[in-house]
Amino acid sequence: MTFIGSIKFAIDLLAVLLLALGIKGLSKVRSAREANRLAAIAMILAAFGVLMNSQGTIGIPINSWVWIICGTLIGGLLGAFTAKKVPMTAMPEIVALFNGCGGMSSLLVALGVALFPSSDGSDGLVSELIRNLSIVVSLFVGAITFSGSIVAMAKLQGWLSTPSWTQSKARHFFNILCAVIALIGGIYLAIDGQNGLFLIVVASSLLGIGVTLPIGGADMPVVISLLNSYSGVAAASAGFVVGSQLLIVAGAMVGAAGLILTQVMCDGMNRSLVSVLFGGALGANTVTSGGGGGEYTNITSCSPEECALTLEAAERVVIVPGYGLAVAQAQHTLREVTRVLENADIEVTYAIHPVAGRMPGHMNVLLAEADVPYEQLKEMDVINPEFPATDVVLVLGANDVVNPQAKNDKSSPLYGMPVLDVQEARTVFVVKRGMSAGYSGIKNDLFDLQNTSMVFGDAKKVLGDLLLELKELGVGSKG
Amino acid sequence: MSFFSEALWVLLLGSLLGLELIGKVPPTLHTPLMSGANAISGITMLAALTLIIKSGDNLPLLIIGSISLGFALFNVIGGFLVTDRMLAMFSRKKTRK
Repeated sequence: MTFIGSIKFAIDLLAVLLLALGIKGLSKVRSAREANRLAAIAMILAAFGVLMNSQGTIGIPINSWVWIICGTLIGGLLGAFTAKKVPMTAMPEIVALFNGCGGMSSLLVALGVALFPSSDGSDGLVSELIRNLSIVVSLFVGAITFSGSIVAMAKLQGWLSTPSWTQSKARHFFNILCAVIALIGGIYLAIDGQNGLFLIVVASSLLGIGVTLPIGGADMPVVISLLNSYSGVAAASAGFVVGSQLLIVAGAMVGAAGLILTQVMCDGMNRSLVSVLFGGALGANTVTSGGGGGEYTNITSCSPEECALTLEAAERVVIVPGYGLAVAQAQHTLREVTRVLENADIEVTYAIHPVAGRMPGHMNVLLAEADVPYEQLKEMDVINPEFPATDVVLVLGANDVVNPQAKNDKSSPLYGMPVLDVQEARTVFVVKRGMSAGYSGIKNDLFDLQNTSMVFGDAKKVLGDLLLELKELGVGSKG
Repeated sequence: MSFFSEALWVLLLGSLLGLELIGKVPPTLHTPLMSGANAISGITMLAALTLIIKSGDNLPLLIIGSISLGFALFNVIGGFLVTDRMLAMFSRKKTRK
């Protein structure tokens, strides 16, 4: 091994070590931020290692440098810009977008090597058959990751709805057909190294779309996590294509860790991976599924003033924050309201559904921002038995996660989803902008119940009015 | 030992390591962990770099490599920065606790 070769080897080892420590650290609250930086440093080291070839960086032609710098600047700047500008509420979409681009990158590498076989960069390290097989895997997984992630993003953004055919058996037929075509293309390509290339790319892209399109918004984080795992697999197979062990080990690590994270998320949402992938969207077709449809018959609406009067008389209040609260940026106003209530010796807790916000953990971020004490955040299993002893529940911009249909109505598409049993409380106030349905597109039986009152309006405005009313009533002034 | 058999060992051990690295993750960290792992999966930028370096004067290949590198870096840089933004909020909470 030459001197530079040894240095390069040492850099690679260090990069792998830092990446492993980074992934490990990211799963603990205390070390997460440092771990993220560690992983970033590892990536810089790894890139540096690749740029040092046998004669050091001098060995790379000028012309290659130009293209490296172009790609780096454009991709890097766009990435940095996107990361800074994106609102916290759009986090699921943006992770999907980034992930899709990673898949696309692996796909393009495999495409380049397949189109121009002389420049595979592996220097004859692997036999032709193995190289072709690696290309096939890269193309297949890369294309699924890309198209699946983009569809996931478009659905979360509301650019794409769920077409009804994807909820029927037809989609299984479509997906199996795509998989078979991709397999045939793969066999072709593995044998002769040229034919079948575009067959795989097109068929696997369609497969990615066909698998992701039927999945509803509430389950989408699980899918994104799974696709994240796939992009690790795509990176590992790209490692076989260009002959880089560093890439193989890093890709394998992310792929496996992503799989575990997907499982953990499924457990948190009480859904199985199989039902997420093959069960179809929750309530995407309310009409055909029988349950969930129908008009509201018994809506009681009330003003913030009435709401304040009820709150004044309460002893235990539970807040159920949801996506609407996040969108209205009302977490700070909410905190002021709860401070007033606490001053009046009213016990206030927050019920956090596993998917509150739009992804697991999303709501915790937003409430942390508003300085809500961590001990007041209660998870679903802890808070559910406490609802019967609760005087007032304030539902702020949450919908599907408080729908009693999930427990009572077997024909409902929501049936089986874990929900917060807010209807057990004595009085429920639902702050909502209008009567529109939630993510699932399903009617919420909670709104029709006797003990539920709707307070219509933007969460921030309603909370602001509520705060004024409470102060006028002299709640919490200790006088 | 050939590159391929070595690489298979690396693949196997890397996967096992990945399975072990994440044990119990608090729900609070699901979002940032997913975003961070996603940034790391942009490691495929190494493949794009290798492709550009080895492609010599082959213009179409240089272009493919450069686009691929751009996509990968969009993933890597965007991913790390957005993860950091999220985690910054947690560390603020920690200091107040």
